[in-house]
Amino acid sequence: MPAGLPRRLLLAAFSLAALAILIAAPSAFADAFTPESGGSQNANDIDTLYKLTLYIGIVIFLLVWGVLIWSLVKYRARRDGHADQIRGNTPLEVGWTLGAASILVVLTVVTFLYLDDIENPPASGPNGLSADAAQFASVDQPDPPTSGGPILRLHVNGQQYIWRYDYPGKEQLFSYNKMVVPTDTTVVLEIESSDVIHSWWIPKFGPKADAVPGYVNETWFKVPAGREGIYRGQCAELCGPNHADMRAIVQAVKPDEFEQWAQRKRAQIKAAGEELAKTRKERQKAGGE
Amino acid sequence: MEAGTATRRRPLARPEIVMRGLRPQQRGWLRWLTTTDHKKIAILYLFATFLFFILGGVEALIMRLQLAHSNNTLVSPETYNGLVTMHGTTMVFLFVVPVLAGFGNYLIPLMIGARDMAFPKLNALSFWLLLFGGIAFYASVFFEPPQAGWTMYPPLSDDAFTGGGGVDAWIFLIHLTGISSIVGAINFIATIHNMRARGMGWGRMPLFIWSILVYSYLLVAALPSVAAGVTMLLTDRHFGTGFFDPAAGGDPLLWQHLFWFFGHPEVYIMVLPVFGMISEILPVFARKPIFGYKAIAASTVAIAFLGMLVWAHHMFATPTPTVVLAFFMLSSFTIAVPTGIKIFNWLATLWRGQIVMKTPLYFAAALPALFTIGGISGVILAIFPVDWYLTDTYFVVAHFHYVLFGGSVFGLFGGLYYWFPKMSGRMMSEFLGKLSFWVMFVGFNTTFLVQHSMGLSGMPRRIYDYDDSLGVGVYNLISTIGAFILGIGVLVTVVNVLWSIKNGRRAGNDPWQGNTLEWFTSSPPPPNNFDVVPRIRSVEPMKDIRREVAAAAAAAETVAQPVAPRSL
Repeated sequence: MPAGLPRRLLLAAFSLAALAILIAAPSAFADAFTPESGGSQNANDIDTLYKLTLYIGIVIFLLVWGVLIWSLVKYRARRDGHADQIRGNTPLEVGWTLGAASILVVLTVVTFLYLDDIENPPASGPNGLSADAAQFASVDQPDPPTSGGPILRLHVNGQQYIWRYDYPGKEQLFSYNKMVVPTDTTVVLEIESSDVIHSWWIPKFGPKADAVPGYVNETWFKVPAGREGIYRGQCAELCGPNHADMRAIVQAVKPDEFEQWAQRKRAQIKAAGEELAKTRKERQKAGGE
Repeated sequence: MEAGTATRRRPLARPEIVMRGLRPQQRGWLRWLTTTDHKKIAILYLFATFLFFILGGVEALIMRLQLAHSNNTLVSPETYNGLVTMHGTTMVFLFVVPVLAGFGNYLIPLMIGARDMAFPKLNALSFWLLLFGGIAFYASVFFEPPQAGWTMYPPLSDDAFTGGGGVDAWIFLIHLTGISSIVGAINFIATIHNMRARGMGWGRMPLFIWSILVYSYLLVAALPSVAAGVTMLLTDRHFGTGFFDPAAGGDPLLWQHLFWFFGHPEVYIMVLPVFGMISEILPVFARKPIFGYKAIAASTVAIAFLGMLVWAHHMFATPTPTVVLAFFMLSSFTIAVPTGIKIFNWLATLWRGQIVMKTPLYFAAALPALFTIGGISGVILAIFPVDWYLTDTYFVVAHFHYVLFGGSVFGLFGGLYYWFPKMSGRMMSEFLGKLSFWVMFVGFNTTFLVQHSMGLSGMPRRIYDYDDSLGVGVYNLISTIGAFILGIGVLVTVVNVLWSIKNGRRAGNDPWQGNTLEWFTSSPPPPNNFDVVPRIRSVEPMKDIRREVAAAAAAAETVAQPVAPRSL
């Protein structure tokens, strides 16, 4: 290997590239280094928690790579060289052990500070689903938060290769594939599966939740007012040959639009049900005679 | 030793090998089939596992080719799921774990000054079980390869959802390679505990031996759990039980616990011996003693112990109480401490040394660099609220490839370049070695660095075609290009090995000025390894011997060589 020059050039090229990435990162590719967020407050909290950890990680990364590259360049064997025969240094070793441990203590504390906001659903906002939308109240749920409007509790069922959403209320309301929800309203999802394991995930809403047959898993999101629109995701647990096609779509709309949609959908389902009952009766009659 | 340098011959307290008669040596390929020599078995291991490595690599390249652009129809979704499963299973069960058994087989007796393993026939059995496990598994490509991922989660892997024989072939693989590993591990443990050279106390044992001992204990502790799991899966599939079937009162999460109770220690099984390797390589090329020998040995044991307590961090998105998640987050955090200690110790070993820039050092020095990235992403993933976002995305794929490729495979290649002269008697080409390193280093980072971004953009794993709306098309193309660069880098080493076996420069006993006992004997070593085993006085017996030789040479005018005679 020819000495010096090519290696030094390579090194320079590497550090230039690294520098370029670091400079370009915050502006051009900020999104490439952080999670998606913006669809719900828990996603934003996850984003923040991730970034804090990443910053600590970058410091450690620079430290390790710095010392490593420095040593490899500076302490290359020389004809008159002398290697220090050091076998250890107890204070130093105790120091970095405690240093590493204390970083983790900090991370633990920060995580628990954010945990509550990520895990526990907040109250719905003032612009959410109105309290008199009584058809969405269900009886078998824990006490809702005292302030704010009602929480929308949806039942999500994963099946190869589609999601089914059941809305609460006396009259049946469900949909496949696309979930319609009101903005500024806390939506709690009770996630189940009726065949294999699936995983519910809309990146912009933050957490995933596995749909495991035999279990009910829970997660929540709350789309802020003014963030109406379509949110997409796909099944995140290998569930069979068509796993790739198992999409999840959430349409967030204004609460009054949501109520209109719900009414329309209910009527459709009712009509379809009656139609089905009628055909069934006719068939039975035909079969009986 | 006739020159009378360092050792005196003393009668051994007990014989290491009892001879019950002499059989004529087999010739040709029969010699390889019937061998019980740990060095030959090790070569068989290395050869077979590198073949599986190439197979697994080709599977990866086909996957990357399929993902190069969206709407690609190179493979069907079924084939893609099969490739996902075969690649993961091959790399874990047929490459990294057994290739370490191969290195262990070669090096344990040589490093501790023994003439063979404690149970040579059992040793041969381990290898053949492994090979037949691999053949049983790969036979499934002729009927129906398994498609449920290497984690084989039921109910998907149950007969109701995945018929055919693929999953059963996988179960056979787990059992055969599992028995192979347990038998091998018991052999390693017995050998290391009982057959060390005189004077080699626990505090003078090479760090590679420490790590391979811990690897063996971990295998014995962790494998029964997955063996139980796959047996239950087999009876669920064929004999009407319902361990994992909720309709029959079973529980799919039970599988995940059984699998990961094995699966996480498995990660340390795959990486600790490589840590041991570079703990041997770095001091040799830095011309310095290892920094903090005791801390490195102790942290190996600590990582193994803690590694048994973190399994449920693979299950953060399952319906599990928060207090459990918090426990597994904290236990996963604690592992970062002993791992960090190792990395700092390696850096301190290089610090103020006289670093000889040879290929083994390149690979060995890349390990702390790349493993640090995998470690940092590991800590990020251990934070369970963040993991709720990142789990099952390409961020995880990037993470474990930085750990298992950046860590294990780079270290293994370092080990290959370092011990190849001992195994073959010939040096490998430095030019091809360094070329291979740089191509692999660039290719590896091009492939996997960008996968962090894919995961952060919301790209889940194990999907054969990603929609354009996800905005990950460019990332996928970069990653595919990187994968092929990486493949070329590996190929250069393959060429290097094949070329050097015939044409390499003669290595001599001790081409690197090594520290440990394997460099005391000839290259390749004779069947009995050593005629004389020196008494061990430190962690670096070869350094002691070189010093004594120099002193003796200065005293007398004759130059003595620490050479064991080639034949008896």
